[in-house]
Amino acid sequence: MSVPVTVEKIFTRNFDRPGSHTLGVYRETGGYTALPKALGMEPAAITEEVKQSNLRGLGGAAFPTGMKWSFIPKGSTAPKYLVINADEGEPGTFKDRYLLERDPHALIEGMIIAARAIDSHTGFVYIRGEYVRPWEIFSGAVKEAYDAGLLGRNIQGSGFDFDIVVHRGAGAYICGEETGLLSSLEGKKGWPKIKPPFPAIKGAFGQPTIVNNVETIAAVPHIINRGAAWFAGLGTKTQGGTRLYSVSGHVVKPGVVETSVSVTLRSLIYDHCGGIPGGRRLKAVVPGGSSAPILTADEIDVTMDADGLKAAGTMIGSAGVIVMDETVSIPEALMVVARFYAHESCGQCTPCRESTGWIYKISHRIVEGKGRKDDLDTILDVAKRGAGTTICAFYDGAVGPYVSYIEKFREEFEALIPRDA
Amino acid sequence: MPDAKRPEFTAEQLDEVRRLQGLYPDKQGALLPVLRLAQDVFGYVSLQIEEYVAGLFEMSPAHVHEVVTFYTLFFQQPPGRHVVSVCHNLSCHLLGAKSIVDHLTQRLGVEVGETTSDGRVTLLTVECLCACEQAPMMQVDDRYEGLLTPEKVDRILEGLL
Repeated sequence: MSVPVTVEKIFTRNFDRPGSHTLGVYRETGGYTALPKALGMEPAAITEEVKQSNLRGLGGAAFPTGMKWSFIPKGSTAPKYLVINADEGEPGTFKDRYLLERDPHALIEGMIIAARAIDSHTGFVYIRGEYVRPWEIFSGAVKEAYDAGLLGRNIQGSGFDFDIVVHRGAGAYICGEETGLLSSLEGKKGWPKIKPPFPAIKGAFGQPTIVNNVETIAAVPHIINRGAAWFAGLGTKTQGGTRLYSVSGHVVKPGVVETSVSVTLRSLIYDHCGGIPGGRRLKAVVPGGSSAPILTADEIDVTMDADGLKAAGTMIGSAGVIVMDETVSIPEALMVVARFYAHESCGQCTPCRESTGWIYKISHRIVEGKGRKDDLDTILDVAKRGAGTTICAFYDGAVGPYVSYIEKFREEFEALIPRDA
Repeated sequence: MPDAKRPEFTAEQLDEVRRLQGLYPDKQGALLPVLRLAQDVFGYVSLQIEEYVAGLFEMSPAHVHEVVTFYTLFFQQPPGRHVVSVCHNLSCHLLGAKSIVDHLTQRLGVEVGETTSDGRVTLLTVECLCACEQAPMMQVDDRYEGLLTPEKVDRILEGLL
């Protein structure tokens, strides 16, 4: 086993410190020192700094954050909203829960800075409804920030006003999709919206809106404090920083791992998480939340940045790494994943609504030994035809596992289908 | 608990409704929070509550119904005094979620989706609760309980009165 390269901890630097969620501890470790600096900067200069840092969205799509901010129409006098996606729901992902509970002020400070950059005076934090404790802790931190004059009117005498509204979801994976989230925030069912118009032009309540993930915004104070070049230098050419990998399944030490985005999947599993329990062999890994196409044990020498995984035919997504050892039945795993997509399809687009339901039924009958000989080709055909035909990325996310599980482990599926079927 | 069939908020609760509505550029943004408040007060969201809340927002009851039925955390029937929701998504599946569900159905004498006859526990299976590092895990009312074993599940059940 090689020793993991030591990388400076940014997001997790305070995770093990008692009271890390409090204003006092956050301040003791340099918290809220980026804020006065940012309040003294021109908004465009903040956006430029974030652009130069190569920060990319850490919720799933890996879109360059500074570029996203620059899409807000220049000189628009309309109210603009900053919306934080804390509707963490991608199977295999749990890092935003840690940030909300253990470093909530990093998110708050990052929000104020981001709001200044896009000229927003109201931010919404959409926290999934099941996250009760994260909601309580984050709400407490918001109150502390108001009491200390860090939120509200004329923040630290700068003349800049910013309010945060903490909003709770009510249970629906699709609300993690940014336009579904906006529908939900507006008091509707969480149906995604057709793009364009993109949220930066017409988002929450019809106004220009930036939607960013928790972790993405938590990176911003560090970038302002220590500079874009420093952050960019922590990662690869096309993606700066460290990030939080949520590692679960068959590893000795599951949990949140912070390391450079240039780490390999092999190092993440074997060096950072102690390898596979019981000396068993690795079979497969889902590298970026359940929507990411699966990798076999031979495919783990990839770097865990957005472009590295794209080149490997999969995606970094939310960086939720699910590790499967040799005892795992891939057809069963597909059935579990297919059940999830069938349950969470919002029902708006026909290809998604119909296919997710039927593919779950087919995968279920295969596992029960009642598969038919055309079933695998039917799934592949239906999956591939529907990809790219729907309003949002949900169905494409379902197609990732449907196709990759079957194409990479086809013999295992075929072994379950009766010969005379 | 006040009657969900004849819902009416107290003056204090109505103040809270107005405060929530005032947080959003359009008061409709407060619909989810107000429905959650109603569920906390009345135990579940009855059709009568949907109509009552629709009145508070000057919107159609059909819209409220559409919202209530879209989200998993709104109960349209009264649940048990405690709700136990076992995650059966991928990471929990890999680490034995099914045996936890089987243990619970056997201990409680109900199927998934049912409530014990004494009204004590409603048992559900749910999709990823994003605590995969503690798999297999479940949510018990507002708490997350992880690294479950049958023995740990038994201890948790004993604490549910």
